Amino acid sequence: MICLGNFSAEIEIMKKLLLKKQIDAFRRKVAKTEHPRELVIDLLREIQDRNGWVSDEGVELAAQILGVTPIEVEEVATFYDKIYRQPVGRYPIHICDSICCWSRGGEEIANHLQQQLEIKLGETTTDGLFTLLPTCCLGGCGRAPSMMIGRRFYGNLSLAELDRIIEQLREEAKG
Amino acid sequence: MNSTPQLLFKNRVAGQTIFFKDYCKTGGYQALTKALKTMSPTEIVDVVKASGLRGRGGAGFSTGLKWSFFPADAPRPKYLVCNCDEMEPGTYKDGELLAADPHQLIEGMVLSAYALNADVGYIFIRYAYDQQLRNLQQAVAEAKKAGYLGKNILGSGFDFELHLHGSAGRYILGEETALLNGLEGKRPNPRLKPPFPAVRGLFGRPTTVNNVETIANIPHIINGGAEWFKDLARNPEGAGTKLFGLSGHLNCTECFELPVGIPLGELIEDYGGGVWKKRKFKACLPGGASTPYLTAEHLDIALDFDPLAKVGSRFGTAGVTVFDDHSCMLRATLNLLQFFARESCGWCTPCRDGLPLVCWLLEKIEKGEGTNEDLEMLKQQQQQITGRSFCALAEGAMGPLDGLLRLFEQEVIDHIQKGECPF
Repeated sequence: MICLGNFSAEIEIMKKLLLKKQIDAFRRKVAKTEHPRELVIDLLREIQDRNGWVSDEGVELAAQILGVTPIEVEEVATFYDKIYRQPVGRYPIHICDSICCWSRGGEEIANHLQQQLEIKLGETTTDGLFTLLPTCCLGGCGRAPSMMIGRRFYGNLSLAELDRIIEQLREEAKG
Repeated sequence: MNSTPQLLFKNRVAGQTIFFKDYCKTGGYQALTKALKTMSPTEIVDVVKASGLRGRGGAGFSTGLKWSFFPADAPRPKYLVCNCDEMEPGTYKDGELLAADPHQLIEGMVLSAYALNADVGYIFIRYAYDQQLRNLQQAVAEAKKAGYLGKNILGSGFDFELHLHGSAGRYILGEETALLNGLEGKRPNPRLKPPFPAVRGLFGRPTTVNNVETIANIPHIINGGAEWFKDLARNPEGAGTKLFGLSGHLNCTECFELPVGIPLGELIEDYGGGVWKKRKFKACLPGGASTPYLTAEHLDIALDFDPLAKVGSRFGTAGVTVFDDHSCMLRATLNLLQFFARESCGWCTPCRDGLPLVCWLLEKIEKGEGTNEDLEMLKQQQQQITGRSFCALAEGAMGPLDGLLRLFEQEVIDHIQKGECPF
């Protein structure tokens, strides 16, 4: 956590995590609700959308906006697997390893991605573009095998389709 | 091919979402208008009770009966919460419904809230359903603008405000009390019951938690009546239609609205297009990852709560995952148990420590390193975990293990005797 002795520096860091208008919007919601804590997931999701992950400073900022202690934010943040408390690549890839995807080639998808990206599950490519994460069911059971990249869902995956998607994202990152 | 009257999928067109204008064109919000103008809340509860509607989230409890326990006379606030966590592998029906026609859920929420005299509602939406969340955001805005949400709805004096909550993953949030903690912004471990949510639920206030499909059925029941709804089912004890999500080793893995009570074999052949690769049917999970397997001897069974309970399985969410005759059921069960072990919230010992132990045993046997003692230990674990966990997660995890040990014990023994996986 941040050194409490350097209070103004801390405020400056935190302010960079969200735009002023985002912070103000949350402060208005906090003022209106009887239970500010109910906004914690919304707030963490917004911090993550803007920064790619939720840092210690992000947790502190959320706590400050909601008027709760950092530990009350942290115990929530660390519970959910789609809140990243460590930096991830620009494109976090969640590969479904639950039963329906498994039954239709999910393991091959996971192996192929690990080979193509030269990383293991849980790792990030050295260029900082991709992180591979196993995930439970994504609700795409009828379109197995499936994965999510960021918030976008991809179903009926084949190895060729997978290569095409990765290539497309590499191109997108260049532009 | 599908001659079933379509209620929930009435407006469904592949790749499209129906919003306010088109929803109203096909009779949308007529049930709400009728109810607010001509029916008392108690009358709605009675109709829902008479319709035989049973909870579509998996437990299958009578919706009308559940509502009749709700303290509608208690002071406000009282909450109606819709559970769209839908994270049990094999289950994707609510996602399909909200991808196609989100206003059904909004109309159902207002109707249900009116019946319960609840003034605030939440729809809890899983992380992976980002499109569905955006569909609902638009639908809520449209319904508000049209006066179907907010203060004094249609001049009836009834107020209802509706919030949307986008979650951030984890299966345990589908457990209703964990979901309530999640909505409150607390660490979402399940709560001890009693007190039940109807007594002390969200923010300590009376709360009812219902599944998406359950609530989306309410407008149709109000429009068509209890008798009509009940008669939609194929079996005498059943009621209504059901969204069946097909997955696994089938030629066609789609979601269909079909009568409750349709035989398993008909579902697989006529809608699933039969088992893929010209292989044979070996087994299926009839209603999600926690429901014990059915096998070829069950192909004539009526898919509904009571008939499936009689053969030691569950109707669950009617997400049917099929396995062909090349499948190793031990390996499939290991996959299912790994899911439950990873998704355990870690609160209680049988779940946190028991499920990884079961996984370890299954993995050992699958690798051909298992012994007869391991099989015994597996059986012991199943007995010791069942009924001893804090919430239903570990209980559900025992479903596939029970199915494996009851129906495929010989397969497990083969692994041990051959010293390798026979598949």
